[in-house]
Amino acid sequence: MSESTPILRVRDLQKYFPINSRGFSRRHIGDVKAVDGISLEVMPGETLGLVGESGCGKSTAGRAMLRLLEPTGGEIEFAGHDVMRMKKRDLVPLRREMQMIFQDPYSSLNPRQTIGSIIGAPFDIQGVKPEGGVQKTVQELMERVGLNPEHFNRYPSEFSGGQRQRIGIARAIALKPKLIVCDEPVSALDVSIQAQVLNLLEDIQDEFGIAYVFVAHDLSVVRHISDRVAVMYLGKIMESAPRELLYTAPVHPYTHALLSAVPIADPDRERARERIILTGDLPSPSNPPAGCVFNTRCWKAQDRCFSEAPVLREISAGHKVACHFPETGGLNAAAMTAPATGSDFSEN
Amino acid sequence: MSVATENEGLPSLDVVVPEATREQITGRTLRQIAWMRLRRDRVAKVSVAILLVIVFLAVFAPVLCGLLKVDPYTFHSEVISDNGGLPIGKWGGVSKAHPLGVEPGTGRDILARLLYGSRISLLIAGSAALITVVTGVVVGIVAGNSRGWVDKVLGRFMDLTLAFPVLLVIIAMSPVLEQRVVAAGVPDGNTSRVITLIIVLSVFGWPYLARLIRGQVLGLREREFVEAAISLGASNRRILFKELLPNLWGPILVYTTIAVPGLIGAEATLAYLGISVLPPTATWGSMLEESVGYFTVDPFYFCVPLTMLVAAVLSFNLLGDSLQDALDPKAGRK
Ligand SMILES: Nc1ncnc2c1ncn2[C@@H]1O[C@H](COP(=O)(O)OP(=O)(O)O)[C@@H](O)[C@H]1O
Ligand code: SF4
Ligand SMILES: [Mg+2]
Repeated sequence: MSESTPILRVRDLQKYFPINSRGFSRRHIGDVKAVDGISLEVMPGETLGLVGESGCGKSTAGRAMLRLLEPTGGEIEFAGHDVMRMKKRDLVPLRREMQMIFQDPYSSLNPRQTIGSIIGAPFDIQGVKPEGGVQKTVQELMERVGLNPEHFNRYPSEFSGGQRQRIGIARAIALKPKLIVCDEPVSALDVSIQAQVLNLLEDIQDEFGIAYVFVAHDLSVVRHISDRVAVMYLGKIMESAPRELLYTAPVHPYTHALLSAVPIADPDRERARERIILTGDLPSPSNPPAGCVFNTRCWKAQDRCFSEAPVLREISAGHKVACHFPETGGLNAAAMTAPATGSDFSEN
Repeated sequence: MSVATENEGLPSLDVVVPEATREQITGRTLRQIAWMRLRRDRVAKVSVAILLVIVFLAVFAPVLCGLLKVDPYTFHSEVISDNGGLPIGKWGGVSKAHPLGVEPGTGRDILARLLYGSRISLLIAGSAALITVVTGVVVGIVAGNSRGWVDKVLGRFMDLTLAFPVLLVIIAMSPVLEQRVVAAGVPDGNTSRVITLIIVLSVFGWPYLARLIRGQVLGLREREFVEAAISLGASNRRILFKELLPNLWGPILVYTTIAVPGLIGAEATLAYLGISVLPPTATWGSMLEESVGYFTVDPFYFCVPLTMLVAAVLSFNLLGDSLQDALDPKAGRK
């Protein structure tokens, strides 16, 4: 499926939220460095999983890529356009091609609009007149995502969380975009529904060839859907690799820690493996540690980790890591290098 | 295709919406819930009935007065005493010909004056409420939506407006303003008076609503549906009118029902201070002002406009309370 040129190319993306002093003067006294220099590429029709703990900057990164938030710095190239330097007004037609699915199915749908007008909004806003009319197209979309097309006149409050997320998906695919940023699209849903919605997203991707940046806070959710996975920590990418490589041969200590939290279906291996419990909290993104940002929680940290920030470098084809002392199959190797059976979501 | 067969409970992971809110909004829309609550609310129903009657009386005053053969301007010297001009008979001269008695000094029919007065009182209060609400909503939405310096300037302007000693400024400002209104081509007399009153009553009311709306907009802007609209390329205009405004009808409605009685009372207060329509035209306020002078000798005259005013104000306020309860998403289902 993948072609040679990426649909999305992000380089050194930064998003700082300024912290101002209270009171009248409102001096700029610092920044929340929510996203601090991430680079990534997404090929057409491919899924890049973006994983990290809550608060590490995934949502901010996703929004900044689409310029829903104004990035502080960096380069964004989407479908050959220099998104970073485009005027907001010129960006409007490009928004047909890049969409977003939101985390919260309750706040992402306007409670005062019917499903029909929510899913029809893309046509309305972009001035697109679909063949056969907007209503017919909306109903086809509803059917495609597994909703009863007769319900187009209902309000969001009449739908469950999973159904609402389907409405959000229908809205996002209405104009057949080339890229969708999915910001934890299933994490607000009941576990029993997560798999259904994930399968729907996958089917739609196969059908329309849409590329996904798929954000999640744990590795199990993205395992099935991703082609490549990038692990984020405190606004930076720690490791990125093709899916199988990341799950079977991770090299960054943080990836190891995240993986050890993923339950393994095989009870023998589940019992045999070592769990890595991360101690302490995520440091504040307004005052990140000097050197490696993971050094406050890393069990391998040495002097160098506190003075010098590791750069993201390629250690083998497509496998990048930002660590001075990457794992080489030592710790937890038994669990990690075993073939990846028992993913949480069965293969089609 | 099987449709929406998800047998789901409430989402359990990474809960974003508070449980209470979610339970409340599942099943029916807020509007339906509010409507259902209102229909069960006896106070609301009685209030609406009273208000409908008052509006009906005002709108059809000429017809009703024609039917009853009364009119507000004719002097009736035969029903008042020759010395002192007090109404002849009990209850301020209540009779078949004059169902609510007559005015001391002139013998004009009080019912007719009350009905015609209702028209002016409601016109002033209603217009001032409309201007207040429209201004407040527009300024509030713009302030809440723009943030930055526009928001700051508007906010300071609201603070400034709220800091004025309202009554004093109105008293001082009205004559000057009326001159301006006349200079702008409005016929001198009651037309210019009424317009002046509407303006002075509107000027100081809108900041309250603007603040309320601004706060609501700030909250709504954080909701992801606004971001979804932006991600589709929506213009600011569309976001304001299609995404935000439909979510503001609740507070606007509640504020309006509370603003109208305040304005009715304000008109009466101004009338008492001598800033009102010119005689012989009546309003509830001007009738009160005149009747106060006769209170010791003819208390019934005073009670008639007072009853009307209290009925209107009370009904509006009670309806406002009911609406607020009915639209409150946090209240349990009744
Ligand atoms: N609008 C904002 N203003 C200030 N800080 C923000 C804002 N949005 C997010 N942040 C901060 O940026 C960091 C990353 O947030 P976010 O991108 O939401 O993380 P994630 O999606 O990975 O949970 C957090 O520390 C958060 O508090
Ligand atoms: S650079 Fe050092 S502190 Fe950072 S992850 Fe690697 S070993 Fe740990
Ligand atoms: Mg997030």
